[in-house]
Amino acid sequence: MSLHELSIFDLRRRIAAGEVTPLEACDAALAQIEARDRDVHAFLDVHAAHARDSARNLMASGKGRSLPLGGIPVAIKDNMCVEGTPTTCGSRILGKYQPPYTATAVARLRDAGAIVIGKTNLDEFAMGSSTENSAFGPTRNPWDLSRAPGGSSGGSAAAVSAGMAAASLGSDTGGSIRQPAALCGVVGMKPTYGRVSRYGLVAFASSLDQIGPFARTVEDAALVLNVLCGKDERDATSASTPVPDFTAELGKSLKGVRIGVPWEFLGSHVDTSVRTAFDRTIDAAKKEGATVVEVALPNADFGLAAYYIVANAEASANLARFDGIRYGHRTPKAQALVETYSKTREEGFGREVKRRVLLGTYVLSAGYYDAYYRRAQQVRSLIISDFATAFERCDVVAMPTSPTPAFKLGDKTDDPILMYLNDVFTIPVNLAGLPGISVPCGLSPEALPIGLQLIGRAFDETTLLRAAAGMERVADFSRGAVAPLPKGARA
Amino acid sequence: MSNNYEAVIGLEVHAQLSTASKMFCGCSAEFGGKPNTHVCPVCLGLPGALPVVNARAVEFAVRLGLATECTIRNESVFARKNYFYPDCPKNYQISQFDTPLCEHGRLSIENDAKQVRILRIHLEEDAGKLVHVDGADHSLVDMNRSGVPLVEIVSEPDIRTPEEASEYLQKLRSLVRYLGICDGNMEEGSLRCDVNLSVRKRGAKELGVKAEVKNLNSFKQVEQAIEFETERQTKLLESGGRVTQDTLLWDPAAKRAVVMRSKEEAHDYRYFPEPDLRVLRASGELIERVRGALPELPDAKHKRFVSQYGLPAYDADVLTGSAEVASYYEAVVAAGADSKAASNWLMGEVMRELNERKIDIAEFSIRPQALAELVTLQATGKVNSSTAKDVFKEMLASGKHAGAIVKERGLEQVSDDAAIEKEAIAVLDENPEEVKRYLGGKEQLLQFFVGQLMKRTRGKANPKVAAEIVTALLSERR
Repeated sequence: MSLHELSIFDLRRRIAAGEVTPLEACDAALAQIEARDRDVHAFLDVHAAHARDSARNLMASGKGRSLPLGGIPVAIKDNMCVEGTPTTCGSRILGKYQPPYTATAVARLRDAGAIVIGKTNLDEFAMGSSTENSAFGPTRNPWDLSRAPGGSSGGSAAAVSAGMAAASLGSDTGGSIRQPAALCGVVGMKPTYGRVSRYGLVAFASSLDQIGPFARTVEDAALVLNVLCGKDERDATSASTPVPDFTAELGKSLKGVRIGVPWEFLGSHVDTSVRTAFDRTIDAAKKEGATVVEVALPNADFGLAAYYIVANAEASANLARFDGIRYGHRTPKAQALVETYSKTREEGFGREVKRRVLLGTYVLSAGYYDAYYRRAQQVRSLIISDFATAFERCDVVAMPTSPTPAFKLGDKTDDPILMYLNDVFTIPVNLAGLPGISVPCGLSPEALPIGLQLIGRAFDETTLLRAAAGMERVADFSRGAVAPLPKGARA
Repeated sequence: MSNNYEAVIGLEVHAQLSTASKMFCGCSAEFGGKPNTHVCPVCLGLPGALPVVNARAVEFAVRLGLATECTIRNESVFARKNYFYPDCPKNYQISQFDTPLCEHGRLSIENDAKQVRILRIHLEEDAGKLVHVDGADHSLVDMNRSGVPLVEIVSEPDIRTPEEASEYLQKLRSLVRYLGICDGNMEEGSLRCDVNLSVRKRGAKELGVKAEVKNLNSFKQVEQAIEFETERQTKLLESGGRVTQDTLLWDPAAKRAVVMRSKEEAHDYRYFPEPDLRVLRASGELIERVRGALPELPDAKHKRFVSQYGLPAYDADVLTGSAEVASYYEAVVAAGADSKAASNWLMGEVMRELNERKIDIAEFSIRPQALAELVTLQATGKVNSSTAKDVFKEMLASGKHAGAIVKERGLEQVSDDAAIEKEAIAVLDENPEEVKRYLGGKEQLLQFFVGQLMKRTRGKANPKVAAEIVTALLSERR
């Protein structure tokens, strides 16, 4: 097996033993980027020189062998700040902006010895489900280059899927980690809201955004999570809940684990290939001793509508700062203040961002607040209590991650509502602030990966990861596999 | 102007809290500094930066809330107030909207005769400052002030006159200074006041349409603006016109308010709860701790000064206007000075000196103990009042004690009857014409004799004793 295909766990064992150096691990990832990224376009910026310097420093200090992620090449979604390098958010409006500070999550990875090899593509400001809303062109699905990798963290998912990084960071506001993980055949996890500091993550919707890892195995995701989680004094919404070792219970069987399935909610939303893989995996879990119970999420159907009110409202304020006054793009065409604002934003933002800012502004306007924003928050409370009721009967809730496998590029770009429906199963989890994870559970007849989503109790990632590792074990999917080279690839 | 109308006034006061750091980041909150040096990703509103509440600022706001008898909410909510302006780096201000930290308090004016109700006191962040360069085609922005903590104190429309408004403001300023939460400097903008004003027919119950006047930088300007706006609205109504809900800007040079924006142009701030911050919790424990640590407040101190020191209300007013002056006064009395004599000295010579030199009492070189010595020398008749003033000047100049100066310069007052009488006889003998006129009924001449006597004794004679002796001697010559 080539170095770039190794799991973090295996790579770490070899680096710790001195069999592989951080520089070799880094170079293997960079070589894979060289080989595959012309086709995939997962990266917006590759920090090759800096990454190799970091690898050498780890070797010189000897820390590469002992640190928990020493020498592990990681990619960062380009809406997280890394000091002195461009952070674009997939948008033109940031221009040549380079943040003067580094996001806490990235700093934690680095402190643990991880090597940041580059920044990955995304839907502009994380608004989208296909990475087609990037101002810098779409990312392609490594399993089938004619298809979307999902989104918005499509670049981070594709990078890990194609072996260009052992792990990556994404942000998940309504499914932006779990859905691309499902479509690219990797593990993607959104921790409980508050687990990971958002400091340095360019906000889309502050009450929903959460940073989380992509990796090729559940165990790898847990290793990254161990480093990411914990209170950050710079993020008032980060939780001081103690952080356990998330790998501790991964070896336990599914015996006795109660899996709740909201069969009614799945109803008509799901594509046959997804439903088949889902049912098969649930059955396999039963065989390993899991108990499957039916749960109800009666308000989950309103999740999508509530989400597009709350998220857009918050986004309309969060994106107000991009005005051409202090940093980023400024229109050369304006003579006066208001004109500077409007032309800068007209030129800088893409269609989907404008649509959401407009909607968000509208729902907060005088006379509409109660009808929209307040009502959406009420729906949110109802969804939280739906989950609370469900968790009285089960330890984790299982659903498909996405209603369909990867779709063709361009298929849904003309129909926002169709695109939004991608996130019907992931959005309620963000609204409730719960941890969720997508695990590959099979392949469609077209050999496209399918993801199974598990949802846990708030701050009980340990149980969630244990169940996820069990699902990974029983699923009909080659654990930890890098996407096979598809037809039409240039490598 | 017709007297059939009365003004109904509410004040919105912004007070900058004198915390060391800003409201939501660790940057220095100090006034001034080289432009854009007290800044970081948070107060610059850089992408990805997040606010964290300054606990000290919360405590300061709770202090003010308790001192104005507000209810302190155990849970209050920060909200985003959305508007685009270049001094506002996020293009929203973090403020509080429908659940402010403090509500329903009051501040009394006119010696407790009138209560001005306080609707709310909430926390928010200040904006940066635009710098307009003369002749340039652009403006500059200084973000040092961006994120400095503010409390906004909103009164109910209980104020009726410019004088009431001014007194309310002065009391509020004195209060924030007592509490040590704001330096109260209106010129530097650490205390800012907006006026909401409507007029109505006297006796009417319902409120008229109000206008808001902004940019008031002194008590005087607040009074002027209220006079101006009351007159403008009254005239408008009397001539059959209607007041529109405008925001006006005070022009201090022209002494008039001009319309900044009309109701139609008013912002829709689209407030919603700030998702980057959790609900602000002020526990009962915190509130009780702050309450327990509150200093004696101006009103209580005023009452105590009247009862404990037997001072007239006017004296108590002046002395308790500042906590520092009040405590200086108490130290002078504690050092043995007569309470009314000490008050006279403080309100007279000492304050004149402070005003002339534009210094605070903390910087005043004569310490309470030393002033007490001087006050007592005069009160016990050791020196007369004009000598005492000279000694005071000498104390300021040399730093010496009053007793030492009096001794050195032989200024001790002569109250010895025999010595004074000897000099008095000499005065009368030297001025027979005046004696004759005095005895002829021109009794005002007494002052002349006393003056001559003082001259002969180089001011050391006790004037009261001197007058008595001269009167007695004159009556002997009838």
